[in-house]
Amino acid sequence: MKLTINGQEQEVSSETLAALLDELAYDHEFLATARNSDLVAAEDRADCPLAEGDRIEILSPMQGG
Amino acid sequence: MVEFYGEKVSSRFLLGTAQYPSPKVLADAVRGSGAEILTVSLRRETAGNGAGGKFWELIRELNVRVLPNTAGCHSAKEAVTTAKMARELFGTDWIKLEVIGHHDSLQPDVFALVEAARILTEDGFKVFPYTTEDIIVGEKLLEAGCQVLMPWCAPIGSARGPVNPDALRAYRAHFPGIPLVVDAGLGRPSHAAQVLELGFDAVLLNTAVAKAGNPVVMAEAFARAIEAGRLAYEAQPLEPRDMAVPSTPVIGMAVFE
Repeated sequence: MKLTINGQEQEVSSETLAALLDELAYDHEFLATARNSDLVAAEDRADCPLAEGDRIEILSPMQGG
Repeated sequence: MVEFYGEKVSSRFLLGTAQYPSPKVLADAVRGSGAEILTVSLRRETAGNGAGGKFWELIRELNVRVLPNTAGCHSAKEAVTTAKMARELFGTDWIKLEVIGHHDSLQPDVFALVEAARILTEDGFKVFPYTTEDIIVGEKLLEAGCQVLMPWCAPIGSARGPVNPDALRAYRAHFPGIPLVVDAGLGRPSHAAQVLELGFDAVLLNTAVAKAGNPVVMAEAFARAIEAGRLAYEAQPLEPRDMAVPSTPVIGMAVFE
């Protein structure tokens, strides 16, 4: 299915957010995730189903002022 | 000591972590500043990169409290979601709330700011709002549950220093007992000393240190200026006056003819 991940359209096969992070080879430890502009907490990723057209944000700590 | 949401800190210097020439310079500048609170942010992570993890390790080694921000958000909804993601990632309910309303000046959208502040405080966040020096907006932010106010003194990154000191003086007088932090627009240590002399409790800055020729020395310069400004405020400085007053006693002067 096609998702928009961090602003980029991508074809993926995962059915949950947790599986998606594995599929894309993300290190889970320092990430925050959102699906369609709502936070998905780390413990909820395995139960977060993905659907065609979902917008996924995968964020990590960064310098800020 | 200054207190934010019941947490006491001895340094009145809150420092941002962006734009430093290297991680080492950032770490040295933080140590030189004596800051106990650092601002951090959230950005999109590239798969397999791990850059966020490396940065977070560096910050954790500095043994400071982090104040995540919602920089770059332009709506209450964006800011609220970003704040929730920051709470999970950084393990703190502190949030520097930014909702930008104007592209050129980076002036906050104060209406969306108040709305986001209300939503977040109801959700248990301890909100540090980046706001203008408008007293009415400050009142609305307090009504929304904020216990700290952070007015700008000039546009972010402009280094102009306090462009309207009268407004800052009025702001301080209007909010006795509320921790006030000048956030954004400071360029030089003398600017920081000036706002501390006015009675502000602390300053938050980033660019003035990070983009200085020598960030580490500049961090130390700001730290000393902040301390001097606070001491001056506590010492109750003289009010300026229009006419001269002799400082040397006139009585007892010798008369020479």
